[in-house]
Amino acid sequence: MNLGLDIFTVSAVSAGAFFFLAGTVGLLRFPDSLTRLHALTKVDNLGLGLVVLGLLPQANGLFGALKLVSIWLLVQMSGAIVTQLIAGAVRQRGPHG
Amino acid sequence: MNAATLFGLCGAALVGFGLYGLVTNPEPLRKILAFNLLGSGVFLVFGLVSRRAAAAGLGGDPVPQAMVITAIVVAFAATAMAIALVLRLLQETGRSTLHVDNPGGTDTDRGNS
Amino acid sequence: MTILSVFDIGLVVLILGIGASTIAAREAFPAVIGYVVYGLLLAIAWVRLSAVDVALTEAAIGGGMTGMLLLGAVARLRFAEGNDVRTSLPTRLAAGVMCALIAAGLAIAILSPPDPIPTLAPMVMEHLAQSGLGNPVAGVLFVYRALDTLLEKVVLILALLGVWSLAPDSVWGGIPGLRVYARPGGTLTFLAQLLPPVGIVVAFYMCWVGAKEPGGAFQGGTVLAAMWLLVMIAGLKRIPSISQSWLRLLLVVGPVIFLAIGLAGMVLANAFLDYPAGYAKPLIVAVEVALTLSIGVALGMLASGPPERVRQP
Repeated sequence: MNLGLDIFTVSAVSAGAFFFLAGTVGLLRFPDSLTRLHALTKVDNLGLGLVVLGLLPQANGLFGALKLVSIWLLVQMSGAIVTQLIAGAVRQRGPHG
Repeated sequence: MNAATLFGLCGAALVGFGLYGLVTNPEPLRKILAFNLLGSGVFLVFGLVSRRAAAAGLGGDPVPQAMVITAIVVAFAATAMAIALVLRLLQETGRSTLHVDNPGGTDTDRGNS
Repeated sequence: MTILSVFDIGLVVLILGIGASTIAAREAFPAVIGYVVYGLLLAIAWVRLSAVDVALTEAAIGGGMTGMLLLGAVARLRFAEGNDVRTSLPTRLAAGVMCALIAAGLAIAILSPPDPIPTLAPMVMEHLAQSGLGNPVAGVLFVYRALDTLLEKVVLILALLGVWSLAPDSVWGGIPGLRVYARPGGTLTFLAQLLPPVGIVVAFYMCWVGAKEPGGAFQGGTVLAAMWLLVMIAGLKRIPSISQSWLRLLLVVGPVIFLAIGLAGMVLANAFLDYPAGYAKPLIVAVEVALTLSIGVALGMLASGPPERVRQP
């Protein structure tokens, strides 16, 4: 049981790390502010979500697991709001303002 | 060499970077940034001292850690004061550096109006 | 070469790289962004050094509050004229050599530790159980070196007085000039309505749990200050003028309660800032809660800057 949980943790965290890598490549290679924002939201949603999912078996107790999930929700919310604000500023000033 | 010594050496390098930035960059805001870098390098050296002195079942000596917490707060207070000074300098003279073009008294000295 | 040491080496390379780019950047804005990222990477380094309380403080104050101050300053200084007098190459070379020598000296001192390594950890743990605390760093901060913590809080208030005293005479007692981005129904307003309840709970949780596990008054106070600043920047609450009595009361309630308990210790226990036996934990928790409030208000006001306009009567 422990080995199965560990394998699940490693695979989920690795998948999350892959999305982190993909988002960072997008940040570095995309030409435009808006497309870079689009790449970064994948990091927030999928990448962190998979990492948190993978860490859930290792959390201590129900409260530890709830804290992990709430961290993911808070990061999603702040990421979404900041993305909206940056996109609004980009729309006002043009893509290279 | 274990992880703690690596971070201590990183702190020493950061002290060098911060001091270089403090000395060579003429703008006050960049000097404030370099001062913060210098401070955080010193804190990392304290972190090494704490980690090296791990005993009694703890991961590190708590006394240097408490000193670093105090120091981070005090460094923030100093940074806030310094930035307020820079912004006031901007308000008074309209420039962001300390060099004056005409040494020997400026005529923009309006006093504390 | 375990995975952990590869991670440490990668982290150190990143930290040094971002630190160097902060110093070497030409424009101020990328330098400040680099500094915020640097602060967050340092928080991870502190976790690797088994100092989680310090990691929390660094992420909150070093990364968050200092970054906010610096970004505000960069925004205002963007249109200032500086004379771009770059220091001459010989000066820079000499400074570089001197700094390299200093860093090398520090590195040599680091690489030759004293033998045996002096440590205060056993002495800290010996009496920690008596005070009822479970977090040794909180024990050092509030029991063994309580005087340092009291003076640190006073330093925060002194810095705030220094920032306030930079206001021109005509607007003394007025409203700090924090930039407000109030658009009713906008995204920032939504965040400022949604996040502060969560943030306040997190702040008091961090203060409460600091007695047993990593956390404490400073970390909780910083989150409280951040929530207050968010609400003020979104225009949901007015920025208070610095002559308001509730503001000044909240600023001093922390150090005053700390000082009162310390003076009471002279009567009820043995010395200044000594706690009577058996009452240590409730007194320390009371001090921490009051300190969290005061620190939140002080940090929020420090980030708002000196007064810039007078409230219309």
